Amino acid sequence: MIDANPILHVGRSIPRADAAEKALGREKFAADHYGENLLWAGVRRAGIPHGRLRSIEADEARRLPGVLAVLTHADVKGSNRQGVIRKDQPVLVDDKIRHCGDALALVVAESRRALTRALSLVGFDHEPLQAVFDPEDALVDSAPRIHEDAADGNVLLAGAVRTGRGAAALDQCDVVAEARFDLPMQEHAYLETEAGRAILNESGVLEIVVSTQTPFRDRAEVAEALGIDAERIRIIAPYCGGAFGGKDGISVQSLLGLAASRFPGRPIKMWWSREESFLSSPKRHAARLYYRLGAMRDGRLHALDVRAYYDTGPYDHLGGVVMALGLEHAGGPYRIANVSLKGWAVYTNNPIGGAFRGFGVPQVTAAMEQMLDRIAEKLELSPLELRLRNAVRQRDKNPVGVTLSTSTGLVDCLKTLETHPAWTTATAWKAAAGPHRMRGVGIACVMHAMGYGPLVPDTANAKIELTPEGRFRIYCGVVDMGQGNISTYLQIAGDILSQDMDHMEPVLPDTEKTLPCGSASASRTTYTFGNALIEAAGLLRQRIIERAAGLLMAPADDKVVLIPGAVRHLPTGRDIPLADLARRLGTAERTATGRFRAPTAKEVVTDDPSLRLHGMAHLLFSYGAHLAGVEIDTLTGRVDVCRYLAVTDCGRLINPQLFEQQIHGGIAQGLGYALYEQFIADKGRILTPDLTTYIIPSALDVPEMMSVAIEQPEHTGPFGLKGAGEIAVDGPLPAVANAVADACGRPFHTFPLTAERVLDSLSREKQDGGYRR
Amino acid sequence: MKISFILNGEKTTLEAAPDCRVVDLLREQLQLTGTKEACGSGECGACTIRIDGQTRLSCLLLAAQLEGRIVQTIEGLASGDRLHPVQEAFVAAGAIQCGFCTPGMALTAADLIEHGRAGSVKEIREGISGNLCRCTGYQKIVEAVQLAVEKTGKAPQR
Repeated sequence: MIDANPILHVGRSIPRADAAEKALGREKFAADHYGENLLWAGVRRAGIPHGRLRSIEADEARRLPGVLAVLTHADVKGSNRQGVIRKDQPVLVDDKIRHCGDALALVVAESRRALTRALSLVGFDHEPLQAVFDPEDALVDSAPRIHEDAADGNVLLAGAVRTGRGAAALDQCDVVAEARFDLPMQEHAYLETEAGRAILNESGVLEIVVSTQTPFRDRAEVAEALGIDAERIRIIAPYCGGAFGGKDGISVQSLLGLAASRFPGRPIKMWWSREESFLSSPKRHAARLYYRLGAMRDGRLHALDVRAYYDTGPYDHLGGVVMALGLEHAGGPYRIANVSLKGWAVYTNNPIGGAFRGFGVPQVTAAMEQMLDRIAEKLELSPLELRLRNAVRQRDKNPVGVTLSTSTGLVDCLKTLETHPAWTTATAWKAAAGPHRMRGVGIACVMHAMGYGPLVPDTANAKIELTPEGRFRIYCGVVDMGQGNISTYLQIAGDILSQDMDHMEPVLPDTEKTLPCGSASASRTTYTFGNALIEAAGLLRQRIIERAAGLLMAPADDKVVLIPGAVRHLPTGRDIPLADLARRLGTAERTATGRFRAPTAKEVVTDDPSLRLHGMAHLLFSYGAHLAGVEIDTLTGRVDVCRYLAVTDCGRLINPQLFEQQIHGGIAQGLGYALYEQFIADKGRILTPDLTTYIIPSALDVPEMMSVAIEQPEHTGPFGLKGAGEIAVDGPLPAVANAVADACGRPFHTFPLTAERVLDSLSREKQDGGYRR
Repeated sequence: MKISFILNGEKTTLEAAPDCRVVDLLREQLQLTGTKEACGSGECGACTIRIDGQTRLSCLLLAAQLEGRIVQTIEGLASGDRLHPVQEAFVAAGAIQCGFCTPGMALTAADLIEHGRAGSVKEIREGISGNLCRCTGYQKIVEAVQLAVEKTGKAPQR
C-alpha cells in the first residue's frame, strides 16, 4: 500500500505536485488564458528568405470589420531588437527580411475569424536579395551578408581551443580516422505552441502571461524592444506545455506587449498555430562537422582535430553559446593530450538555430562517438574497451584542458554497462535475427556541462514563507516547463522542514512575486535553485524551532522537532500547530531567503574573451554510457530500436521517478533525432511544416528503456545532485548509429537514419558484393 | 444555430455558429480548457474527447455534429474531486510531465480499458499511438495504463 501523503524525504519517488491538476485538465497553461472582451493578435510573416522591405500594404486589412489595428515597425517605440547576447532580431521587420518566419505586421482583431482574414490581406513590397543556405558557403567573402552592419560578416561567433601540439600530433599516431558528419535541424515540437495573453491594466502595468522559460530576462527584453520601463512590465510564467529550450527567449512577448499597449484594459491573446510555430521558432542547429581522431597502438587516444560549423540561421538567439558549448564537448569525456577544436556559428537565411535540450552537444557527441568506433575497428579493440581505456576520471584534464575536480562517474557507468544483460547477451541477441533482418549493438558515452560557465553569474534566489494557515509557500523563480523541478523544490524544502505535500505550496514564476533566478535551462534548474532553497529552508526551520522552544520553555535542541503542520516537543509530546506559531511571528520573520551562485572553473582554458563570455569552460559535468540494440529490415531499410540502456551519473537522486522521466524523455527525443526527425528547409522554405510531414516518435517507435543511476554524490550539489535535464538526449544518435554500423558493416555520416537512407546504402553495398555479414 | 447535447452528464443547449470547431466551442464558449489543441489537423490527439463513448478529435469536428450526442471531456472523467482510476494511475506512475497531452491521453487510455483493448503492452502502445507526447517517451504512460487495468479489474475481452 502506498502512503498517500508521505513526508517529503529526499531520495523517494513521490508523485509530482502538479500531476493531479494536470490529469484533471484543470491546470491553466498560458494557452488556456482568455478573458472578457478578448482581442486576438496575429502576425503576418514574410514567407521569403531574404529581401529588403520596401513597404507594407495594410489598408485593405485595416478596413475589414472587426480589425482594430495593423501595426508595423513604425509603431515600435523602443529598439525594436531582441536577442540574448547579440540583439539582432527585430520585433517587426524594419529593414530586411532574413528568413521566411520573420514578422512583418501585427494585426489586432475582435475575433479569430477577422484576424485570419485580415492576415491574408496584408501585403508587402520588397526587393529580393540573394540568399545563402549553407554555413560554409556563407563564410566566403562573396557570400550575401545577412547583417550588413555585423563586423565579422556572416560569422556570429568563431572560436578555437588548442592543447598540446594540437592537430600536428596526428602525425605521431599509429591510426587515424577521418570523417565528415552532417546533422539535421531538429524541431522541439512541444505540444503547447507559443502562447500568451497580455493586458495593460488600470495601474498602467503591462501584464503578460506567457509560455516561457525565462520570465525575468523576457521582462528586460520587452522593455528595451518596446521602450517601456521594465518596472511597468510583469511577466507571469505558468507551467509550460513543453519547451525543451524552444521557449528560452522571446516568442510572443513583445508582440503581445505592443498590441496590449494600444488597447488599455483589454486582454489580448496570441497563440501560434503548429505551422507558425514550426516556421518561426528556433531549431536545434544543423551542423557540419569535420573530425580527425588519432590513437596509439596501445589504445590511447592521442590527437583530435575538429572543425565545427553551426548554422544559426539569421539571428543569434543563443547560437554563439550553443556553438561554444558544442566546442567544449567536441572531444567527449576522454583524455586526449593534443587537441585542436575550431568552431563557427554562422548566419544564413535558414530557420533560426537556437537552444534545444542538449545545446550544441548532441551534434558533436554524434560525431565523436562514431569516431571512437572507427578507431576501435582499426585497433581491433572492442568499442567498450577503447572507451574504458580513455575515459576521464576525477582529477584528469578533459579535452579542453579543465581539471575535473568535481564528481566524475563515467568509468562506473561503463563498468555497469559492461555487466548489464543488455551488453552481456549482445552477441547471442544479434545472432538471433530472423530472415531479412540484421541486428547490431552500439554504445556511446555522454557528458553534459551544467550552468552558464565562468562569466555570466549563475545565481538563484529562493524565498520561503510560513503562511498564516501553517503551510510552507515556496517562491519559485525558475520555470517548470514539464521537468517537475517545482515538485522537486517542494520535496527539498519538505525534507528539511519534515512536511508532507499537504503542507507545501508553490508560487510559480512571476516577476512581481518571485525573486530572479535565471533561466530554466542548462541542466541548472534544480542544482542552482535547490542550493538556494536549502539555505532558505534551513534558516526558517531554525527560526521556527527556536521560537517554538521559547514558547514551550524548552531548550532549543533536537528534542523540539517539526512534524507535518506542527512543532512537537518530544519529551512531553506537546504540539504547537504551525498556524498558531505563524500568528506569533511577524510577517518578516515568517519569511526566509537564500541565494546561491554556482561554482565555476578557475582554470582559463582559452584567452579568447568572447569564448569565455559564451560559457567556455565549465566545472560540473554529468556523465553516462548508453547502449542501443537495433534491428534493420533489409527489405525496407527500416531501423527499429529494440533495446535501450542508459547508465547515468547525475549525482544523488532527489526523486528517482522524476529522474527517470528526464532520462526516458531525453532518449525518446534523441531517438527521433537519430531516426525520424528530418526538418527540411529547401532554400529557406520549410517542406516539413506540420506534424504530418515532420515525424516525431509515437508510442510505437520508442522501445522499453532501461535506466540505471550511478548515485555518486556531488558535494556541491543539493543533496549531492547534478543536472539531469539534458544529458540523455546526447546519446541515442551515436549509440544507434554505432549499432546500425555494427549491423550492416558500414558507417553513416548523414542523419537522420531514415529507411530510405539506410536502404539506399544497403542496395549500393549489395552491388559492391554483399553485406559483411 | 441552436445545439443540444449532453456534456459531461448535463443537458446543454447553446447557440453556436455551425462551422465553429468543437475544440473552440469547448475552450472559448464553455471555458472547458482541459481539452487542448496542439496541431489543429488531427495528428496529435491532444484535443481528444469522447462522443457516444467513442474517442474523437475535437479539432476535426464542427459544433453542429454534437447535436443530440453524449459528449465527455477530461473535465467529466473524474467524479468531482475523485480521480478516475486512469487519472490516479497517471499520477502514481509518473506518466505526466508537461501535462499538455495528458487530458487527451487519459481519455484515450480510459477508452482502451473500457473497451478491453489494453490487455498487453503492444495493444496499449497501438491504442495510444494516435496521441503524441513529447516529454515522457511513453513508457510511464504504458505503465500507468497497465496499473489502471489492474485497479479497475477490467479484463481484456478476448
